[in-house]
Amino acid sequence: MGFLKIDEIHHTYFTKTSATTALSNISLEVEEGEFVSFLGPSGCGKTTLLSIIAGLLKPTEGKVTLEDQLLEKLDNQIGYMLQQDYLFPWKTIEENIQLGLKLNNQLTTEKMSYTYKLLEQMGLSGVEKQYPSQLSGGMRQRVALVRTLATEPKLLMLDEPFSALDYQTKLRLEDLVSDTLKSFGKTAILVTHDIGEAIAMSDRIFLFSPRPGQIYKIIHVPDELRALPPFQARNHELYSEIFQTIWKEVESVETEQ
Amino acid sequence: MKQNSKLEFLHNEYIQSLKRESRWVRFYQLIIFVVFFAGWEIFSRNQWIDPLIFSAPSKIWNLLIDKIADGSLFLDLGYTVSETVLGFILGTLLGTILAAILWWSPFLSKVLDPYLVVLNSMPKVALGPILIVALGPSMTSIVAMGAIISVIITTIVVYTSFREVDPNYLKVLQTFGATRFQSFREAILPACFPTIISTLKVNVGLSWVGVIVGEFLVSKRGLGYMIIYGFQVFNFTLVLLSLLVIAVFATIMYQLVELLEKKLIKNSSQ
Ligand SMILES: Nc1ncnc2c1ncn2[C@@H]1O[C@H](COP(=O)(O)OP(=O)(O)OP(=O)(O)O)[C@@H](O)[C@H]1O
Ligand SMILES: [Mg+2]
Repeated sequence: MGFLKIDEIHHTYFTKTSATTALSNISLEVEEGEFVSFLGPSGCGKTTLLSIIAGLLKPTEGKVTLEDQLLEKLDNQIGYMLQQDYLFPWKTIEENIQLGLKLNNQLTTEKMSYTYKLLEQMGLSGVEKQYPSQLSGGMRQRVALVRTLATEPKLLMLDEPFSALDYQTKLRLEDLVSDTLKSFGKTAILVTHDIGEAIAMSDRIFLFSPRPGQIYKIIHVPDELRALPPFQARNHELYSEIFQTIWKEVESVETEQ
Repeated sequence: MKQNSKLEFLHNEYIQSLKRESRWVRFYQLIIFVVFFAGWEIFSRNQWIDPLIFSAPSKIWNLLIDKIADGSLFLDLGYTVSETVLGFILGTLLGTILAAILWWSPFLSKVLDPYLVVLNSMPKVALGPILIVALGPSMTSIVAMGAIISVIITTIVVYTSFREVDPNYLKVLQTFGATRFQSFREAILPACFPTIISTLKVNVGLSWVGVIVGEFLVSKRGLGYMIIYGFQVFNFTLVLLSLLVIAVFATIMYQLVELLEKKLIKNSSQ
């Protein structure tokens, strides 16, 4: 039985001059505790799908359920980290990470100390009183992750969280995020352009094809790789094999256009 | 080492030249001031200009001393300054609240759009007589004049900046289930704080116009009244004295608001 069920989603964006079908006939299920990736070329509707799951956007057709409940209104069951960090520049790091709690009147000492603990786990202790502009891109990304985790969502969605970072920071954060999520047993959806990242981090990969966005293929990552942290998974012999398979699929997606 | 001391020398030289320049600027500013007032005095004494109309700095000065001595200047000044301050604070506040209402209801803002354009292009001082009849010839209607003159332009400027806030900040708040009011408080208002502060600066100038015109019409007290009274009894020394006092205090107020702006914006952008 699926934890998150996405059922026959279609979405079309309407503007005065055009109607763009961003998603067509998307159905998928994600199990509790599973880590899945959405992989696909730019413009294939990945962000659109996340917005729909998060309830920010009403799909033209179809429905989304989490634990068999319709997601009409989100009450912090889903944490969504946008494509950029969008930390509020006029708030301190502390105020930023406790934003979700504040908005829901949950600023208890217990929950607050939880946010500090998360910050510490991310290797960011001591920045509480600073402003986002004083941090580097990688640090800001981690703060944004803490902000998303602070409300303890059941499902976590990350929209290309590492795409703006340098390669080393990215590898390090992949390990950190994967480790953090595993320790909390969180269900997660990761959007990425990076085939390697998808293989290293996830249990299953959904490959999307564009115009309109559709699920082209579902790839199961073998257990050997899933057991390893992302950095080690990248060095495993199975990794390059799967990389080649997915690479071919991605190319066939492109030639089909 | 040698390089360093040379750099230091050049830097000192540069600072010196800047200082020298600013001293000359001050010098010429002073010259203009002295020449203007001395010339005015001499022209007036020799009747090269009509002393009845243009008065003379010495006469204005004597009147100033008299009016300070009997305290009447401070009374008038006090009225005008407090009306102006109230006017521009009210104008900015009301304008911001109106902008918030427009942001709250995009439909309402579309409906009201042409009316805002009309109101904005209308010369607000033309409303003076109506205000005075409606609110009575009192301080209330003068303050209203000071406020009304800036309220529409504030609404338009602030509303535009509300709409330009990156919608992704709202998205972040929505993922946490924020209400529209919370979104306004956490993202829209703080993001537009610098714009609101800088409208204060524009509004302080506008409010002086509104208040002086208001005092012309109400004709009871204040610097605007001093001008209109001096005009009616053909006492142009009084008119010119009010003008100079207005010039000085409008400048001071503008500088204060500018100072406040710098302080607040520095704090908020920190
Ligand atoms: N607000 C909108 N109005 C109209 N069309 C939109 C809107 N947002 C997205 N689209 C269109 O929908 C399609 C999917 O966009 P989406 O942002 O979901 O892609 P994406 O897969 O996230 O791309 P990327 O990897 O570049 O982030 C694109 O063709 C885009 O032009
Ligand atoms: Mg996207």
